[in-house]
Amino acid sequence: MSEAARNRLTKGLTDLAFLILAAAIVYFALRWMTAGVEAMIDPVTPGRGESWPLWAQIAQLVYLVLASVLTIGVLSVLVFFRVPNMRDAILVPATSIALAIIVTALVIMAIGESPLQATQVMVRGAVGSGYGWGYTLFYATNFIFTGLAVAVAFHAKMFNIGGEGQAAIGGLGVAIVCLSVPWPHWSLALLAATLGAAAFGAAWAAIPAYLQAKRGSHIVITTIMFNFIASALLVYLLVNVFRVPGSMAPETARFAEPTHLPSAYDIAPWLGFRRSTPLNVSFLVAIAACVGVWLLIWKSRLGYEIRAFGHSQTGAVYAGIHPVRIIMLAMLISGGLSGMMALNAVMGEAERLVLDPVQGAGFVGIAVALMGRSHPVGVFLAALLFGMLYQGGAELEFEMPAISREMLLVIQALVILFTGALDNMVREPIERLFLRLRKGA
Amino acid sequence: MTETASADVPYAIELMGISKAFGPVQANKDISLQVSKGTIHGIVGENGAGKSTLMSILYGFYKADAGDIYINGQLTHIPDSQAAIRAGIGMVHQHFKLVENFTVVENVILGAEDGAMLKPSVAKARKLLKQLAEEYQLHVDPDSVIEELSVGHAQRVEILKQLYREADILILDEPTGVLTPSEANHFFRILDGLKAEGKTIVLITHKLREIMRVTDTVSVMRRGEMTDTVPTASTSPEELAEMMVGRKVLLRVDKQPAKSGKVVVDVRNLTVRDDQKVERLKDVSLSVRAGEILGIAGVAGNGQSELLKVLGGMIPATSGTIEMNGAAIDLTGKRSDGQSRRARGISHVPEDRQREGLIMPFMAWENMAFGYHNDPAYQLNRLLMDNNALKRITADKMQSYDVRPPDPMLAAKNFSGGNQQKLVVAREIERNPDLLLVGQPTRGVDIGAIEFIHKQIIALRDQGKAILLVSVELDEIFGLSDRIAVMFDGRIMGERLPDETDERELGLLMAGVSEEKGAA
Repeated sequence: MSEAARNRLTKGLTDLAFLILAAAIVYFALRWMTAGVEAMIDPVTPGRGESWPLWAQIAQLVYLVLASVLTIGVLSVLVFFRVPNMRDAILVPATSIALAIIVTALVIMAIGESPLQATQVMVRGAVGSGYGWGYTLFYATNFIFTGLAVAVAFHAKMFNIGGEGQAAIGGLGVAIVCLSVPWPHWSLALLAATLGAAAFGAAWAAIPAYLQAKRGSHIVITTIMFNFIASALLVYLLVNVFRVPGSMAPETARFAEPTHLPSAYDIAPWLGFRRSTPLNVSFLVAIAACVGVWLLIWKSRLGYEIRAFGHSQTGAVYAGIHPVRIIMLAMLISGGLSGMMALNAVMGEAERLVLDPVQGAGFVGIAVALMGRSHPVGVFLAALLFGMLYQGGAELEFEMPAISREMLLVIQALVILFTGALDNMVREPIERLFLRLRKGA
Repeated sequence: MTETASADVPYAIELMGISKAFGPVQANKDISLQVSKGTIHGIVGENGAGKSTLMSILYGFYKADAGDIYINGQLTHIPDSQAAIRAGIGMVHQHFKLVENFTVVENVILGAEDGAMLKPSVAKARKLLKQLAEEYQLHVDPDSVIEELSVGHAQRVEILKQLYREADILILDEPTGVLTPSEANHFFRILDGLKAEGKTIVLITHKLREIMRVTDTVSVMRRGEMTDTVPTASTSPEELAEMMVGRKVLLRVDKQPAKSGKVVVDVRNLTVRDDQKVERLKDVSLSVRAGEILGIAGVAGNGQSELLKVLGGMIPATSGTIEMNGAAIDLTGKRSDGQSRRARGISHVPEDRQREGLIMPFMAWENMAFGYHNDPAYQLNRLLMDNNALKRITADKMQSYDVRPPDPMLAAKNFSGGNQQKLVVAREIERNPDLLLVGQPTRGVDIGAIEFIHKQIIALRDQGKAILLVSVELDEIFGLSDRIAVMFDGRIMGERLPDETDERELGLLMAGVSEEKGAA
């Protein structure tokens, strides 16, 4: 091991130790604060039909703000003194999320509910039990695939917002593979279905990619149009071709028993997953896909060409990189990854192809890729966050009836807004602040 | 320098202790400068010396961290360019900021309209333009559209725009970069006229000859500091260059006569039409021998870029042939790309290193493979690149080409212009090509690096390689070339030997005046 490598390792380990220390500080401080505010508001918690006194709501808001400031503050100190290159990767998204939580709290206050309780229900619902984790990771699996898909296209400066359609058509591929061959074992079926899903998703992305590469039709317009075409195509096929004769439901027959993927309960019941958990082995495929995309983008020649093309098209031409080839390959890989999302949703969970198997995951993938800065590790973490948001949201809807389905959409939209669209609003002030601090130091 | 420093006539511009930092980089350090009214003041300095930052502070693009600005003796606060315009300051940028499909008069009033309706402003502007044109020899047809004007005329529009806004102080950033020698001469006459009318002019340029020709006083900047201000009459280009770099610099290139060998590349009747079917190259024929440098002179945009791009495999040719070492190379189709050209022994230092030669966010080691990323030496196995080997190779090349800082992990955008160019030159020359295409090798490169890059090019020639050099800097063409071809409007106007021609003759050819007409 060289001197430099040893130094890097030592630095990495110290940084990790500091990170754990910081996490511990934040964790215990938050617990202490939470206990305090709970004790304060407990006597005034209203029963059915009553409402919160204003001071209690404001106390909760203040608590959330203080908790955010504390977390961000500890993170800032850590980033400033130990890991300055993590500023964009850790501090900026954390600040965005904190802002989203505070604005969400205001919204929840406005409908007369307790932001603190809502937050607690969401967190507990998402990560408080094996049951919650089962769903959180199931959603995260979907978002990893669609997030990676958007990220790969981003590297080639292509904005693929057709994840929704590509994943739906990927589901078609999965259904055809699963229904047409009597598979002896799920592992073989999974392998074939992966290829089928990727091939179908890629094929669906190929047409907009070709139109962009050869005719200059803007990929944003064509991919979004192809979402509608995919949806209509799926309706037609499910009603007219794949429907089980005599059935009223527009869906395929249930896949045969041997194609059913082992669920988290089958694999690791000791982790507390329930029998009904939708989390299945395709989560492992998603992690493998993260590693694969990392190797592709940063280690392979094709990834080198994709990134070069994404940064400078004229530069790519100078280097002898063919724009048409890169656009096609990047979009095929992107479409393939989107399609693979169907492994989880169609093969893993529903075990048949239904109408709208994607459920918006294609669009969430855009936010995931933005927040994850198109890096597989970032995509994984962002997907996890959105998985929590989805599962926590479902719990919230169940436990606090005042918070409706639409309300949940608002909350999710706020997170997407702050982490994705308003990225620069947070990033630039933080950059300026750091510059000023550095100068002062 | 005229002695207007007495208390009763204030300086047109007086900067006191201006400082500005971008992050850890101190772009301007405690700069003080006085420019007397009615004079032309030159500012020279290497790239990144802080000239542009200083002028951007004066024009309100940046806010200084410290220091005061006095305009005509008044302490003036300039938070934005609107305030600068109110203070009577106008700026003409290196890259024109004109709306291409607007007419001259529309461009002039843009942003200075008097009301919601255009008509009265246009009428007023038309009258004023006529008056200004006569006063300063700034003749332009007010109704012609910008994209139909020559660069020289477009520049006049930029100046008219400032005069229309009643600017008394004009800041000109590298104004002659795109002009022919004769256009530049006319431009200097305009500047003399403006000076005579009492306007104050600040001229930023790296061309020391222009400083000597037109300015009254000159300031030298180095590493964010203003090292010296001297009357132009009492200095020389050599002295200025030394002040800019901080050591003695060879302005002339030192080289032996060429020992040219066989023809390496032979271009015959090459014609190129662009996407709009406009002919960019018209029936161009030329050849370069081993061990010689053919310099292509010409004003930017007369087909030199297309010539380089066809040879480098960036654009297809419409007709004609190119033979490389006696065998034809493909001019269209799959085998006409940059990869195929490199395989045939053609290396290419492109004109625009920031958009073509380098990927700016890529690290130095990633850029070292750019264009050669399929080289087996850079591969770990069939799928993955050998990034560690690349980093080692890059570190070696950075050492031998004196790239500073020699850190392969630094992104290209964080190097200075000169060091970026050294990266490109190192990459291309180290491939040991038979033919090296070089476009504007020293554009935006500091004097120290220019000297180094010129030496490398001469050294490659002396190894018996063919070199095709395209440059808009006549000094560079004269200094490096063994033969000079002049391009105008996509044609080769003529070929000369550097010893048998002069700047005047080349200038005429560059302006499209052919021999017969020139003699008449």
